[in-house]
Amino acid sequence: MQLSTKTEEQLRIVSVRGERIDAAVALEFKDAMRVQTEDGPKTVVLDLSEVQFIDSSGLGAIVAAMKNLGMDRKMALAGLTPTVARVFQLTRMDSVFSVFPTLDGALDELRL
Amino acid sequence: MPIFQPFTISIRSDQMAVRSALKDVLSGLGPLELGSEEAGTVELVLAEALNNVVEHAYTDTETVGDISIACSHERDGLHVQITDQGKAMPNGTPPLGQPAEVDVEFDDLPEGGFGWFLIKDLAKDVSYERVGSENQLSIRLAVAIPTSDAGKSPS
Repeated sequence: MQLSTKTEEQLRIVSVRGERIDAAVALEFKDAMRVQTEDGPKTVVLDLSEVQFIDSSGLGAIVAAMKNLGMDRKMALAGLTPTVARVFQLTRMDSVFSVFPTLDGALDELRL
Repeated sequence: MPIFQPFTISIRSDQMAVRSALKDVLSGLGPLELGSEEAGTVELVLAEALNNVVEHAYTDTETVGDISIACSHERDGLHVQITDQGKAMPNGTPPLGQPAEVDVEFDDLPEGGFGWFLIKDLAKDVSYERVGSENQLSIRLAVAIPTSDAGKSPS
């Protein structure tokens, strides 16, 4: 599970470099996210544009990563592929995050 | 006439093996020419069901066994039977699969408990039986159903 990170003044952009966030890598993803977001800007954008599949373990790991940021910081999700977006919709977890169809759209909106 | 011959895939109970099983099942279903949404539904339901076996049926690493996945296609959709020789479901029945609560305090946001909800939401029929020392989970997915038989020549 590889993540690549870019930091701007107000944003940390974490891009998932992998096609799946599933039970096989959920723990690894959670740990890697903790490392990538330990400090830094208040807003974290999780770029999921390369991810083609998540299961409930992957979903839980994303929620855990968001909770790990604490209430003072927030996580936005960007670039959800249709199959990934559907998992968020079915479980209503799309109401818990700010969800943006594209990374560029998220950046336009979140850069102040 | 079924579009493909029924097939069975067996794996050792392990999360990476589940990954490759999902890939093999989907490629075995190739003749159904599932759209990406249907294929996504099949993959998600089977992933949840198989991960449950890995996590809850074969909990003891010393007695990890096999999981088999049998697929067949009928007029009412795709039938999948998943069998394992692990622990029985508590109370002999699968969880209700209630949706997780999302209107809760930040700290209480759910990090799990989505699996059975997704299975029951997306599958048409789900039934579980404990037969001897075997768990048998049967799932029907309403995919690749002919919209109408009208106009087709009898086969």
